[in-house]
Amino acid sequence: MATINELRERIHADSSEEIVAEYLERIEKSKLNAFITVSKESALLQARKIDSEGHDGPLAGIPIAIKDNISTKGILTTCASKILTGYVPPYDAHVIEKLKAAGAIIIGKTNMDEFAMGSSTETSFYGPTLNPWGTDRVPGGSSGGSAAAVAGGEAPLALGSDTGGSVRCPASFCGVVGLKPTYGVISRYGLISYANSLEQIGPFGSCVRDAATLFDVIAGHDPRDSTSVNKEEDYSLALKNDVKGLKIGIPQEYFGEGTDKNVETSLRDAINTFEGLGATTIDVKMPNTKYALSAYYIIAMSEASSNLARFDGMRYGLRVEDSDWHTTFSQVRAAGFGDEVKRRILLGTYALSAGYHDKYYLKALKIRTLIKQDFEKAFVNVDVLIAPTMPYPAFKIGEKIDDPISLFLSDVDTVPVNLAGVPSISVPCGFSNGLPIGMQVIGKHFDEAAILRAAFAFEENTDFHTRQPEGS
Amino acid sequence: MYDNPDGVMIGLEVHVQLNKLKTKVFCGCSTDYHNDPPNSHVCPVCLGLPGSLPVINKKAVEAAIKIGLALNCKVEEHTQFYRKNYYYPDLPKGFQITQYDFPISSSGYINIEGEDGELRVGITRAHMEEDPGRLVHEGTIDKSKYTLIDYNRSGMALIEIVSDPDMRSPKEARRYLDKLRNIVEYLDIFDGDLEGALRVDANISIMGGQRAEIKNISSHKGAERALLFEIVRQKNVLRRGGVVVQETRHFDEAREITISMRSKEEAHDYRYFPEPDLVPLKISGWAPAIKSTLPELPDARRMRFVEQYGITDDHAKALTSELKLAIFYEDVAKKVDPKMAAVWVCDVLKGELNYRDLTVDAFKKEHMQMIIELLVSKKITEDSAIDIIRTLLDKGGSPDEVVKEKGLMKVEGDIVATAAEEAIKENLQAVADYRAGKEKALNSLVGAVMKKTKGRADARTAREMLLEKLW
Repeated sequence: MATINELRERIHADSSEEIVAEYLERIEKSKLNAFITVSKESALLQARKIDSEGHDGPLAGIPIAIKDNISTKGILTTCASKILTGYVPPYDAHVIEKLKAAGAIIIGKTNMDEFAMGSSTETSFYGPTLNPWGTDRVPGGSSGGSAAAVAGGEAPLALGSDTGGSVRCPASFCGVVGLKPTYGVISRYGLISYANSLEQIGPFGSCVRDAATLFDVIAGHDPRDSTSVNKEEDYSLALKNDVKGLKIGIPQEYFGEGTDKNVETSLRDAINTFEGLGATTIDVKMPNTKYALSAYYIIAMSEASSNLARFDGMRYGLRVEDSDWHTTFSQVRAAGFGDEVKRRILLGTYALSAGYHDKYYLKALKIRTLIKQDFEKAFVNVDVLIAPTMPYPAFKIGEKIDDPISLFLSDVDTVPVNLAGVPSISVPCGFSNGLPIGMQVIGKHFDEAAILRAAFAFEENTDFHTRQPEGS
Repeated sequence: MYDNPDGVMIGLEVHVQLNKLKTKVFCGCSTDYHNDPPNSHVCPVCLGLPGSLPVINKKAVEAAIKIGLALNCKVEEHTQFYRKNYYYPDLPKGFQITQYDFPISSSGYINIEGEDGELRVGITRAHMEEDPGRLVHEGTIDKSKYTLIDYNRSGMALIEIVSDPDMRSPKEARRYLDKLRNIVEYLDIFDGDLEGALRVDANISIMGGQRAEIKNISSHKGAERALLFEIVRQKNVLRRGGVVVQETRHFDEAREITISMRSKEEAHDYRYFPEPDLVPLKISGWAPAIKSTLPELPDARRMRFVEQYGITDDHAKALTSELKLAIFYEDVAKKVDPKMAAVWVCDVLKGELNYRDLTVDAFKKEHMQMIIELLVSKKITEDSAIDIIRTLLDKGGSPDEVVKEKGLMKVEGDIVATAAEEAIKENLQAVADYRAGKEKALNSLVGAVMKKTKGRADARTAREMLLEKLW
């Protein structure tokens, strides 16, 4: 795993084309199935252009992998679903425009759970992605392809999206850094919606500095997204190896039943590390955490049931001809969506239906407010919160895929953050039987600076992020 | 007092397309597509492409507030958009962005001419939404081999105006529609002449029974026809001892009948929920500023016309029933006697325009002024004035040219006097009859004078001269 700084030097010494070619070769030889589409020709063309013309952008000549639910003009964008077969967007997402302006080179589109619905990247129409730390393990999800690509050395940087943990979960399982920004900091224009009110695009890197650099490039106001906020900040300034006096909250509810012993031990060690660096830690109570999963899934599925209504085969993607539009729509959706997507559309439709709307959807919104209040109360006394990202290390491929409830439960520590809209970063903090463990540092709304700084200081004083899986 | 013998209750849902805005409601696409090829005014947003997001057009919100104020509604301080979920090929996202709770304005009214004098029709709400695309069929819908979809219309701003069920007859419904259209035209946000500019769904019940909702009505006349048919249908159901069921019916414009589409049980569950991509809109403070820019509305203009120009209320009402006509009248009235202008614009020109299915755009206000000036200076007769108006509408030209060509300049007094003398000499029987007390006999003498002067004499002058000579 090379960092941005190392790559900049190599691009300067050699060329972007050579770097890009090396990554493309690694992707080609890889068995991880991290990519759905590799944009070899356009990436090499772009690299040559930067080599010959020069570029002073912060990511000039550096390759990046993009989750396949982010619109890329001229490059197949599938959401890992059969229903988007052949769909090539005619426009770039806001983040892609920003990346191109910064000189980054898109080397491909990464695998994911179909429409970002899952925590293991096993629901992809294009088959599962394997975890570089153990190929019998899932990489986490739904941005599993992006995390595996960075961990496996197939891309130095990647973009994912985080609706209920979809950046942090795979970052944790693959031993890389992943950031879920405050809701509204990054434009969602061009991100194919799963659950609009919860999700944000987020950066992956092999270290906090790289994630912060990528974050800097893609953050910022976009008038095309009404939920995007106008807030400019230079996040690299936050990267200081200094947490003296930082007040860290430890939410007890995040260390509950079902948390793996090794995960808990690693987190306790991390807390000791922070205390050793001069931070103070306080136990905090977040009493509504236990309702978060139910509320999250009801809101996410309700929104999804509506968001995914547009996939009807009329204008793009899979088409199944039939006698009338009614039957055509049904046939397209029956053939195009996988089981997990169908499950969530059905449950979301049910939750919004007359007679159930108040009982489920409205109640979930009320819980969401309570969860937000939990965070607001906690942040009165502390600067950041520390908790496990996932309750356990990466599980085996196939272990949970037929047990959706168990799979839903694995998101227990990540979804409250999305309900509250606060930022959270996952960084490697230990290992369990050779598999990485992730710690999340959660911050106040728009206080990415605080969590980047805590994560950076932790990284500077530990070496978990420097370890690499065999063969990468 | 109108006793409403069938217990008719009618409520209307009117969709007004804000086609005078420059751009669509949630994207920057131009609204000026009516003369362009299909699907040439589209973008990722109005095509609902994956990943695209809506952004509210501030001008559309302002127009919605204008409509709310013009309909005497309460304008909300916060408003929110919702998703109405249903599948249809013209709906590219599988849901329509509309309003549900917290519509932008509600609880208003307008006054119309009812069956028994002025009727106040309540406005339940007026909310914003987006227009779907348009389905195009080859020939008729049931015979067409395929359906084409034109998304140029997709994402056009609509205001849905929902009335209370206050109308008691199809005629009142039509008058409500006329008034509503008139009001939105005054606001300069809507051109009623463009395709699809105003669409109506009508709800109707009789004798306190269940209501039927009639969809697909595209004209005011169509609304009246559909409702007339529906009253007869519902009365027939009752007469046969049946029960009118709540259902949605389709208006077949060609056959002027309504056809059942779906029953209450088959009604859609639209699963409304707040649109997560559009944050709630704070519009507190907008309404007062917009109110101060609101143009004079038809009722206010009608009152002003009566006061300022001393014309009758009937004339004022007719003149203000159409914005263009009101402007035309006022321009004419500024130059000539306003009362005369009201008579000639309202009683003559409007009739001639209606007869030819023309709007007032077809007549130059300068020509109206000239004609009235000719009348005032007694250079032409009233009959000649009507002749000029008809000729201008049918053949064009100017009043001067028509007067010259047709020789309509009124003849001098002594010619009329000579003609009167001749008429008396040549119609001794009529003279005798008149002197014997038959007042009507004078008319045939006037007719004879007119004939002799080829209509260019003023009838009143002719009558006066005859009386003088017969004295």
